[in-house]
Amino acid sequence: MVIGESKPLAEILEMIKDFKKVVVAGCKGCVTVCNVGGEKEVAILATELRIARKASGNELEIKEYTCERQCDPEYIEPLDDLVTDADALVSIACSVGPQYVVARYPYLNVYPGINTTCIGGSQEHGVWKEFCQACGNCIIHHFGGLCPITRCAKQLLNGPCGGSSEGICEVGKGSIPCIWQLIYDRLKNLGHLHNLVEVKLYKDWSTSRDGGLRTMIREELKK
Amino acid sequence: MTAGSNLEKILKSGHKAVTCECGPPRGADAEHFRHKASFLKGCGDAVNVTDNQTAVVRFCSLAASKILLEMGLEPVMQMVTRDMNRIGLQSNVLGAAALGIKNLLCLTGDHQSFGDHPQSKNVHDLDSIMLLHTVKTMRDEGKMVSGTEVQGRPQMFIGAAANPFADPQDFRVVRMGKKIAAGAQFIQTQCIYNMERFRHFMEMANDMGLTEKAYILAGITPLKSVGMANYMKKFVPGLDVPDSCIARLRGVPKDKQAAEGIKLAVEQIHECLEMKGIAGIHLMAIEWEERVPEILETAKLVPRPKVD
Ligand code: SF4
Ligand code: SF4
Repeated sequence: MVIGESKPLAEILEMIKDFKKVVVAGCKGCVTVCNVGGEKEVAILATELRIARKASGNELEIKEYTCERQCDPEYIEPLDDLVTDADALVSIACSVGPQYVVARYPYLNVYPGINTTCIGGSQEHGVWKEFCQACGNCIIHHFGGLCPITRCAKQLLNGPCGGSSEGICEVGKGSIPCIWQLIYDRLKNLGHLHNLVEVKLYKDWSTSRDGGLRTMIREELKK
Repeated sequence: MTAGSNLEKILKSGHKAVTCECGPPRGADAEHFRHKASFLKGCGDAVNVTDNQTAVVRFCSLAASKILLEMGLEPVMQMVTRDMNRIGLQSNVLGAAALGIKNLLCLTGDHQSFGDHPQSKNVHDLDSIMLLHTVKTMRDEGKMVSGTEVQGRPQMFIGAAANPFADPQDFRVVRMGKKIAAGAQFIQTQCIYNMERFRHFMEMANDMGLTEKAYILAGITPLKSVGMANYMKKFVPGLDVPDSCIARLRGVPKDKQAAEGIKLAVEQIHECLEMKGIAGIHLMAIEWEERVPEILETAKLVPRPKVD
């Protein structure tokens, strides 16, 4: 799923400092699962903003709404009534959401309330981690099912580099495992170490964002 | 003979080679670079020019290599894949060859989080092994990565680095083998302090026949002080500085530590040169170029042989 992180309250307050009527819009998709942009977080952010503005003698009127999915035009529609007299909207969906809102409301000021960090998963309660960079041509089966493009700091396809030490990556001040050690260990367990002997040549990055904006069209699904 | 560089000739003739290193400055001060490099005249068969090492911005290795050529020193131009994509890298290889640079060392480079611009983007379109393959293919087949024909093939003697002290230990020599398979004709190793571990690495390299396919130069960095030794041990990832080295420096008064460090380096040079499969040494006297002549004299490695 898409993982995000709340922006500091001060940053959001600064974004909307000139406005009196603001909509805070969340999403029931990924950001609900990673506890950053769901119904609960919408309510918390709205309360925090109200309190902060009240304290500064500049009261703020806030409307709250959480879309079924903010990355789908039909689920944006319910915002129509809320935004008619609003000055601005703060979206705490992943950063796809505010761009859908922008597309629908040409005259509305729209602000991102979270930082979209990565495509990843949860590790334990309160811990999420990145696993994929959406390179557009998955090759993890060559690496024991582990992604070196995302999880090696140097994106080596022929790792590990000379900085791999006792299973730890040289980048990240000792906090991150060297994915190449894990790839090595896994292929060794599977009896496939010979996979690592062959030289991996160039990756075609044109399927990644390097090839330009990506659009997927499924003709059979189009009406 | 592929490029006909002095380094290649020395190695082919069977002499033990010596390469030194000279890092460009963090500014446009060419005089400073010339001054540092001047100590290396007559010392090595070629001089490595680092490419923004430790991800700190310095003047580029291409310009520095050209300056060495003008001074009558032979450069080994280093290139890292961190800062340029395949377009930039190939362009620089061609440009370097056009300027008469004949030795190229292909590296991935240190991560930018270690340098002076940790906010920068990195590229990593290719890794060091792919770059080796790129240069070899341009030279031997006249083709770029895309298959486009190269008009005027870059005649390069191609090198790579290897770190015998990183993990997983058993894989280090296999990875060096990958570099050799991809195109590396010579290897310069990470600084060696743990002789036992290095000897084991070389035994595996010999067993795998790698020492017959490429020339392996043992990396030596003299320790200037206990402080430097401790720093290398603690903060340079993938370096193995045994406590015995540090104890030895600590055993002499502070003002004698540098001399002891040099003595130790000379012993390490001899120990490495006696190992089967070692074709020479790569002396990296970091910001200590002025002591290189003394080290090599003590090691009886100068004057350098002449080979035509
Ligand atoms: S190979 Fe590409 S698609 Fe597969 S996990 Fe890695 S980045 Fe994602
Ligand atoms: S230590 Fe491992 S994960 Fe980190 S950059 Fe090197 S190979 Fe990649």
